Amino acid sequence: MSQVNRLNGGLIDQSRSISFRFDDRWMKGHPGDTLASALLANGVRLMGRSFKYHRPRGPLTAGSEEPNAIVELRDGARQEPNTRATTAELFDGLTARSQNRWPSLAFDALSINDRLSSFFAAGFYYKTFMWPAAFWEKLYEPMIRRAAGLGSLSLKADPDNYDKGYLHCDVLIIGAGPAGLAAALTAGEAGLSVILADEDSLAGGRLNAESFAMGQQAGHAWAAETAARLAAMPNVRLMTRTTVLGAFDHGIYGALERVSDHLAVPAEGKPRQILWRIYSRRAILAGGATERPIVFENNDRPGIMLASAMRAYANRWAATPAQEIAVFTNNDDGHRTAADLTAKGVLVAAVIDTRPDAPKGQGYEVIAGGTITNTSGRLGLAQVEVTDAKGNRRQIKCGALGVSGGWNPNVSLTCHQRGRPAWDVDIHAFVPGGTLPEGMVVAGAANGVFSTHAALHAGAEAAVGIAADLGHTAPSPDLPEAEDAPVAITPFWHVSGAKRAWVDQQNDVTAKDIKLAHQENFTSVEHLKRYTTLGMATDQGKTSNMAGLAIMAEVAGKSIPEVGTTMFRPPYTPTAIGAFAGRSRGTDFRPIRKTPSHFWAEEQGAEFVEVGMWLRAQWFPRAGETHWRESVDREVLQTRRSVGVCDVTTLGKIDVQGSDAAEFLNAIYCNGFAKLAVGRTRYGLMLREDGIAMDDGTAGRLAEDHFVVTTTTANAVGVYRHMEFVRQCLYPDMDVQLISTTEAWAQFAVAGPRSRELLRKIVDPEFDMTNEGFPFMACGEITVCGGLRARLFRISFSGELAYEIAVPTRYGDAMIRRLMEAGREFDVVPYGTEALGVMRIEKGHAAGNELNGTTTALNLGMDRMVSTKKDSIGAVLSRREGLNEPDALRLVGLRPVSPDKPVPAGAHLMTKGSAVDAAHDQGYVTSACYSPNLGHQIGLAFLKSGHERMGEILRLVSPLTGIDHEVEVVSAHFVDPEGDRLRA
Amino acid sequence: MHDLVAITPLGAVRPKVDSHGPVTLTEVTDRALASVAARLGHEAETATALERLLGAPAPGPARHGGKSLMAFWMGPEQWMVEASFETHEDLARQIGSDLGAAASVTEQTDAWCRFDLTGDGLADVFERLTTANVRAFEGGEAQRASVDHMGCFVLCHDARHISVLGPRSSAGSLHHALLTAMRSAH
Repeated sequence: MSQVNRLNGGLIDQSRSISFRFDDRWMKGHPGDTLASALLANGVRLMGRSFKYHRPRGPLTAGSEEPNAIVELRDGARQEPNTRATTAELFDGLTARSQNRWPSLAFDALSINDRLSSFFAAGFYYKTFMWPAAFWEKLYEPMIRRAAGLGSLSLKADPDNYDKGYLHCDVLIIGAGPAGLAAALTAGEAGLSVILADEDSLAGGRLNAESFAMGQQAGHAWAAETAARLAAMPNVRLMTRTTVLGAFDHGIYGALERVSDHLAVPAEGKPRQILWRIYSRRAILAGGATERPIVFENNDRPGIMLASAMRAYANRWAATPAQEIAVFTNNDDGHRTAADLTAKGVLVAAVIDTRPDAPKGQGYEVIAGGTITNTSGRLGLAQVEVTDAKGNRRQIKCGALGVSGGWNPNVSLTCHQRGRPAWDVDIHAFVPGGTLPEGMVVAGAANGVFSTHAALHAGAEAAVGIAADLGHTAPSPDLPEAEDAPVAITPFWHVSGAKRAWVDQQNDVTAKDIKLAHQENFTSVEHLKRYTTLGMATDQGKTSNMAGLAIMAEVAGKSIPEVGTTMFRPPYTPTAIGAFAGRSRGTDFRPIRKTPSHFWAEEQGAEFVEVGMWLRAQWFPRAGETHWRESVDREVLQTRRSVGVCDVTTLGKIDVQGSDAAEFLNAIYCNGFAKLAVGRTRYGLMLREDGIAMDDGTAGRLAEDHFVVTTTTANAVGVYRHMEFVRQCLYPDMDVQLISTTEAWAQFAVAGPRSRELLRKIVDPEFDMTNEGFPFMACGEITVCGGLRARLFRISFSGELAYEIAVPTRYGDAMIRRLMEAGREFDVVPYGTEALGVMRIEKGHAAGNELNGTTTALNLGMDRMVSTKKDSIGAVLSRREGLNEPDALRLVGLRPVSPDKPVPAGAHLMTKGSAVDAAHDQGYVTSACYSPNLGHQIGLAFLKSGHERMGEILRLVSPLTGIDHEVEVVSAHFVDPEGDRLRA
Repeated sequence: MHDLVAITPLGAVRPKVDSHGPVTLTEVTDRALASVAARLGHEAETATALERLLGAPAPGPARHGGKSLMAFWMGPEQWMVEASFETHEDLARQIGSDLGAAASVTEQTDAWCRFDLTGDGLADVFERLTTANVRAFEGGEAQRASVDHMGCFVLCHDARHISVLGPRSSAGSLHHALLTAMRSAH
């Protein structure tokens, strides 16, 4: 198929041809084309089917405001639905598919909806699917789901990368049309740091689409030259293919740069898109204006488009939708289209101008006071029916129709902080009004100033003002002479009497739907929007909202400003979710924290588990072990029999220093710390302000004014934040300093009856390791392996004789290797978090499962720890009556009566013979494991008055998993209840 | 002298060096760090002692500097002092005795990993990583920054040399983030 509608010239490279595919047809285009311009050049007007009625549609616009020409771009994992053909830059090998049609674009089965349109008026869903209620889930919803939606997803992971970044500038200029270019030139020459962003691939805005001269040059040539000048300035950043999506607080703007969308595949390492956050001191909105259509009968046939778009296709892309066209206008702008297309050799059949005093045509017929009352053509426009001022009808043959209803300034970004636009009676459009986002000024067409001359000067003046404001002097810019035509428009919104006249083409909302909404009392503009879905499609009603408001105003007997606009919200144009995620996806969603022994553990083939952001060794499988329990049982038994080593670096370590350090700990822990001797460690419980247990751990006193506080792994950050809050806000008069040392020290638990023997081989001989010299709960600064500074704590989570030894992190890898090597003679074993968990459950130690945000010291059996001799955070509220009921939950142990039965966490306890329901609930299991020492499962549970119910047989039930058997209440200390081992 | 062999934050014996385009990324492991926080009522004393140690006044907010030793500002009345690891492995102990009871000193050497970026176009890399206006940096800035959710310090020595200090346990993630940004920018 040849390019039957390709014209001469344009800003495309006609010396080179590139191939692309639309549905199953390969065609040729040129570098510089968009998919839409290339399709038009190839004689293709039909590009999609509408959402609701599956009406055949072609492009209405030539830009990002496009409602109709929505396609699926690319193949395979890069397939992207709902992409505008009008902004998709053509590259060699581009593939696109039409969507929302079956089996083909030309013959679409669901176009039957169009025949049934009288059933699908506004509110159709709300009215139709009400009854019978039972039909909703089984019939209606699946049916609607099948019919709804436009494109399809590839269901494959997006192979491209997205990036995120932050930019700073004195002035952000949004839009590189004449106003934006003049502003950037002025601000740049004044020495301001400038970012000039434009969504297009070329700077110039409408200058690239018009035939105007700028001084002695063509408009587009001036734009290109100016862009080149700006790009050469070190203080100016010219960002094309960059859409400013939203205006946020304090001069912050969001912008999406499409780095690689115009390429088949992004370059190696390069992102597809970058979402920029731009911090600006000032901003100039020079975002231009969008032409609006006029609403008339059957105004949606492929070939009917905005007059400005038709001009853009002809001038910039050297493409015309047809060889014979007509124009329908209410202002002088429509005549520009007729003149430009005539100059390009396209036959202009007529200009239908709604104004009785329409200007004369230059080489084309003008029908003054005329309107278009119908159109025909099955899959594209064939002719229009014109009714002239006297009411006479005639048919005019044309393959395309340019429609111009005037221009709407792009005020969206001025309203992102709830500013409301104001109505300008001269141009019959909303212009920026009310309070603009802080630091923003508006220039050019975005401000309702439509001539090129005025836009240039408004841009330059805005920049001069900002430069002065920021203490710079801007030289008067050298601006070329430019077109300065006044706006000549007589408002005309829709041709009355139409039955099927489309207001919102993307969501298939007709003029009749708007009238119906009013009739049914949806008179607020926000209700109108939601009831009819006007402006709710991906184009956000850029070409439809105004006509909708005008029709609403007419039926309500109000003025347009009285009807008002709906809210404008970011993003300005549809933005891929991937861009918002940026680099934070997949395994990069959050950082990974590795323990000091990680690389060694990998060598051992350890299984890892994510704990917060940490990767911890869960167990260390050995040859022949086929089930994780075999590994874990072995690690537990071997530790309890000889010695085991576990990396416990992940526990939070907070350095607390200062002359009030002890007093500070007295405040954050509910138990006393003031009298803790130097060289000793104490277990401590922290309460929240409301008396609920927050975290537990130990604090070792290294000196009078120096403690090391440990926290649980999960709460390390939260506890540190809490302690900083207490220090800075509750006790600013205390002399206390905090800093995290979690990462600074590699810490290993060395547990088991032979742990002392092992450590004797590590710790330098001058340190007394005897039970008397370094007893249970001792701590101290020592040296190891011939002089390396280290810390030693005699604390035990397992219940065995145990230590924790800490060395500077860089030596952690060497230390674990040394412990394994030195421990070989004692049958040392590394153990992971599973064995750690088993041993702490066997010992009855509370952990995260018990400190679950609902439990008190009383529940945990630690009520006597809450000191009454001092005040501490949470102590007072822990004494609330409701937390101290006689039947409060108490931590107990559970043993299955039949040893082969499980004790699953989450199961509930019931008194024998009682009903199994919430009213009779006695408590629940928090932690459970198989105890290799006892040979059966065990559990920790919270049980009402549990401390008084030792020996009682209860029913353990879990209706979800079908558990229902008997357990015996026992002490939570399954192993060594007297604590002889840890003191050995 | 002990006989334990240190590993780098990235898990090797020697620091890693990567180059892409005009930028070289180097893992730095030869620096010792110690935090210094003035005790309540001893702020002036701490400042004087720091000046003596650094050979220059203690740096102000978001700055770093020093002659004999370097330091950067971490928070109100709080600094991180930096020295050669080879000569100052026990830096905390050394300056702890200099400062006495005027300040709280804590060893921080292995709490951090450090990557230095050298070469041209560093601002193009950093604008993808941090909200700090790195393009305006001239040297001497010490900016607390969140880089891919990791709490870091960005230290600018000059426009062609910038250091990033981040949590040591996440060295792999930080290295990946820096390398990804280098490849995206250049």
